[in-house]
Amino acid sequence: MMTTEQESVNGLNTLRFLPGRCVRCGRCWEVCPHGVFAPSERKARMVAPQRCMECGACQRNCPAGAISVDAGVGCASAMIKAALTGSKETSCGPECCR
Amino acid sequence: MNDLMTTTSVLGSRERRDHLLARLGHRRMEHRVAPGLYRLGGPDRSSPVFVSANYTLSFDALRSALHGIDAYILVLDTKGVNVWCAAGKGTFGTDELVERIEATALAERVDHRRLILPQLSAPGVAAHEVKARTGFSVEYGPVRAADLPEYLSTGATEEMRRVTFPLRDRAALIPVELRNVAYEVILAFVALFILGGIVPASIALTAVLAGAALFPILLPVLPTDDFTSKGMLLGALASMPFALYYLMTEPGWHGVVYAAGTVLLMVAVTGYLALNFTGCSTYASRTGVKGEIFRYIPSLVAMAVVGLVMIAVTVAGTMLGWF
Repeated sequence: MMTTEQESVNGLNTLRFLPGRCVRCGRCWEVCPHGVFAPSERKARMVAPQRCMECGACQRNCPAGAISVDAGVGCASAMIKAALTGSKETSCGPECCR
Repeated sequence: MNDLMTTTSVLGSRERRDHLLARLGHRRMEHRVAPGLYRLGGPDRSSPVFVSANYTLSFDALRSALHGIDAYILVLDTKGVNVWCAAGKGTFGTDELVERIEATALAERVDHRRLILPQLSAPGVAAHEVKARTGFSVEYGPVRAADLPEYLSTGATEEMRRVTFPLRDRAALIPVELRNVAYEVILAFVALFILGGIVPASIALTAVLAGAALFPILLPVLPTDDFTSKGMLLGALASMPFALYYLMTEPGWHGVVYAAGTVLLMVAVTGYLALNFTGCSTYASRTGVKGEIFRYIPSLVAMAVVGLVMIAVTVAGTMLGWF
């Protein structure tokens, strides 16, 4: 039985979707670069949470607060550097590959 | 601040040289354009407004894709960082966009209230907040600027909205990957050459080339699921010629120790470099990478230490006449 506040969670990453709050504005499937969300009849639907890279685009652009994700950069280099220097923040630097 | 700058959609030899230097990692943070509002062609009050980062590769990709289109380009101050990375950091963000719209008096230049942003800026920009604070509606265009002409005429396709990681994009990252480890590699090569000759020196060089150059190329065809295990597999393959060389040239158990030590060390080095490529990919998540770090770092360290100790003890022991 689906209540309005029931969460769609997944065991692979931090992406959470609250369909009860969804207003079907279409932003999440517009911004997601990996096709995690797709439209369904009355709501958005999380169709491929395993492809989520936690960039945070959907959460930031959801006007209804129906999506939450612990957004961050999936960069081992930055995380290891932060761990070694005791810095709280994992951030990119001039040596970044991009 | 209110000045209107002019640009073109034509890239010349100066831009090509700048792009090459950026790809080679030369003065990474200095490939910048001045933030502000640009006029492309002869825009009027109804012309579209595109938003970009002040990294030359981003700005040039946008303007060259808009050949023959009269438009405004609003360049944000992303500190010389590309659209996607800047969005992740928040410098290509809601506040910067709102401030830049106000500082350039954009509302006085155009009659419409519509902005076209690159799709990959979405992690930093809350479209509904921009609308509430400035009156401008944000429309996310395609991931790649090259798709803009088609997007403008027929709208977004599913394919335009997806980020990919084709060979061309992976290969473009190799020079910077190599540059990041160049100092350590040269040091290791010289030290090993002095200590043990050309073979140990070549082993170090091969492990790094496998991790920083071959790995990006072979990423999708290496048959395991995560970055580190793909790298470890590649390291093991790259170590085979050296292992065989030691087995055939060094008599008895010495050859076996050198061969096994070489395999362990190369798997560890290439695996570690592969793990470090996660941030360069277009799909690694923080949760996934965290998991990889905890799963693999202990065994990578153990392999490197065991390999190093095996070889060092055997070399030293032979020289000192223990064996």
